[in-house]
Amino acid sequence: MFWESVIIAFEGLKANKLRSILTMLGIIIGVAAVVAIVSLGNGVKNQIEDSIAGLGSNLLIVTPGSVSPTGVRVVAGSITSLTYKDSQAVAREIEGISYVAPSASGSFQIVYGNQNWTTTVEGVTPEYMFVRNYSLSEGVFISNQDNITRAKVAVIGQTIAENLFGDVDPVGKTIRIKNSPFRVVGVLSEKGQSGGGQDQDDIIFVPLFTAQERMLGITHIRRINIQVTDANKMTQVQNDIGTLLRSRHKIKSDMPDDFTVRNLSAVMETAANTTSALTLLLGVIASISLLVGGIGIMNIMLVSVTERTREIGTRKALGATYNNILLQFLIESIVIGITGGVMGVIVGIFGSYGISYFAGWNTVVSIPSVVIAMSFSVAIGLIFGIYPARKAALLQPTEALRYE
Amino acid sequence: MIKLENIKKIYSVGDSEVIALGGINLSIKAEEFVAVMGPSGSGKSTLMNILGCLDRPTSGKYYLDGLEIAGMEDKPLAAVRNKKIGFVFQSFNLIPRMTSLNNVALPLVYAQVSKKERLERAKEALDMVGLTDRMDHMPNELSGGQKQRVAIARALVNDPSILMADEPTGNLDSKSSNEIMEIFCSLNDKGRTIILVTHEPDIAEFAKRTLTFKDGLIISDAQKNRGN
Ligand SMILES: Nc1ncnc2c1ncn2[C@@H]1O[C@H](COP(=O)(O)OP(=O)(O)OP(=O)(O)O)[C@@H](O)[C@H]1O
Ligand SMILES: [Mg+2]
Repeated sequence: MFWESVIIAFEGLKANKLRSILTMLGIIIGVAAVVAIVSLGNGVKNQIEDSIAGLGSNLLIVTPGSVSPTGVRVVAGSITSLTYKDSQAVAREIEGISYVAPSASGSFQIVYGNQNWTTTVEGVTPEYMFVRNYSLSEGVFISNQDNITRAKVAVIGQTIAENLFGDVDPVGKTIRIKNSPFRVVGVLSEKGQSGGGQDQDDIIFVPLFTAQERMLGITHIRRINIQVTDANKMTQVQNDIGTLLRSRHKIKSDMPDDFTVRNLSAVMETAANTTSALTLLLGVIASISLLVGGIGIMNIMLVSVTERTREIGTRKALGATYNNILLQFLIESIVIGITGGVMGVIVGIFGSYGISYFAGWNTVVSIPSVVIAMSFSVAIGLIFGIYPARKAALLQPTEALRYE
Repeated sequence: MIKLENIKKIYSVGDSEVIALGGINLSIKAEEFVAVMGPSGSGKSTLMNILGCLDRPTSGKYYLDGLEIAGMEDKPLAAVRNKKIGFVFQSFNLIPRMTSLNNVALPLVYAQVSKKERLERAKEALDMVGLTDRMDHMPNELSGGQKQRVAIARALVNDPSILMADEPTGNLDSKSSNEIMEIFCSLNDKGRTIILVTHEPDIAEFAKRTLTFKDGLIISDAQKNRGN
């Protein structure tokens, strides 16, 4: 009885192809939208989470200048306010810090042989590698000795290695930065894109003092990167650093900071959470079209019941019970729901890969979203099928047979 | 086997009431062949629908094989329609987009007979009405007479003891009508009870007993020997 009903339902759908497809379209669009949106949302979220991990854990960054609560950058004091001595003071006086890595950077043209490449050159100390979670695929990192001697050595990122050296092993080769020769001592492992879509492998590290004195001609630093030992102490350390730097910079109590201490991973977590919330919101909006699709099913099932009133009467006269008729029409609407759901999942998966291909986003097809969308469409077939099916099953045989 | 006690059927349309059956007392024994006649609107179809368990009387009692039908629940009533009664309609009522064979097998689906047995019995029933060669045809590929023969096969397939027909020849020419009536006669000869409604006296000629209706009441009940 059950399989017969399924077959009858499929035959009914085949007999009215256009009508069936139009009916399913609502479900197809709804399911496809839900699957695609959730997949893309998950992809973007994964990307952000990856870069949080890549950023280095428990990271605080101190930059000169301050940001007003509205987000407008106010240059209070000077961009030169942050010094190497500040970073030493932080390392010395603040509790709960693993590493302090001051840095200064500029953009320069790099030349090797007849190749050239413009990139960020960052002057760093050895701690930088640990704070920012870099690792080496070859060679060594910048050492303290390199800093003391203002050595002209460089550690290059994968993007640089590929673009300047191609197949050649870069370690031991000499590149020219701002026309002075630097010996490549190490190559970083690949890190990929950051949450903001930046290529984190497009970078060169040199000793901090070398950068300050020989390349940038400055005495201040651009940034202090700090790794805190315990994630729970982030705010505490952030405040301690603020107090310390204010007193070192002799800022009066009614004046704003001339520096900013930021918790970058918190910023990124917020971004990840925002993405999740946005995905949820869009998913909910998309599921409204599932609802509309459900109403479409109900509409067509009501038409079908009316069209087949005489058939229902005949079936009842031949001994069909309430349940027999109910099942027949329910199965029909569930078949529409499932068929639409399957097609929607397929369209959704292809769609999300298509969008991620053209927009350059990540996509992660989440099995739960597929399962949920599928069960949703079955449920919609069921729920919106119940009313018409009941209407059919409740028909009295004589009334149904008299229907013109 | 059939016993009606003071069966009334009253339809209320708006404020007025239509008395379709005004208190029918009737008994029909097994193996009878009854024709129901009477002018249009006299209540013949109303009676047939009640006898066929397709409709319920407004009041009165209906016993079928000793079972009181009027007060029965829907589900056992469906079983009675399925097993005890075969119903043939004036307008055939074959299910479109289903082959003759599947149409004939339909009552067995509701009787929960296995598919294999269903098809075998449906073939036998089609053979009985001489339509084995049309078993894969759709209803719209059959003539009126053939449709009615398929409908009779469908009514017979679950081996009911009573066959009811409301103007089975109403839509057919006289040749097809005679073929249908011959099938009814031979079924009656094999012991099946037959009740049919007709307007045509020469169709009623085939029956052994004729009931005549007027204004919702039986005005004559004539027994006779069938003259064929
Ligand atoms: N559903 C209904 N609602 C109201 N009145 C009805 C209904 N069905 C039948 N009637 C009335 O009941 C009466 C008997 O109708 P019925 O169909 O039994 O007549 P009939 O003898 O079969 O006529 P015919 O020979 O034309 O088929 C008629 O007056 C008809 O108008
Ligand atoms: Mg009638």
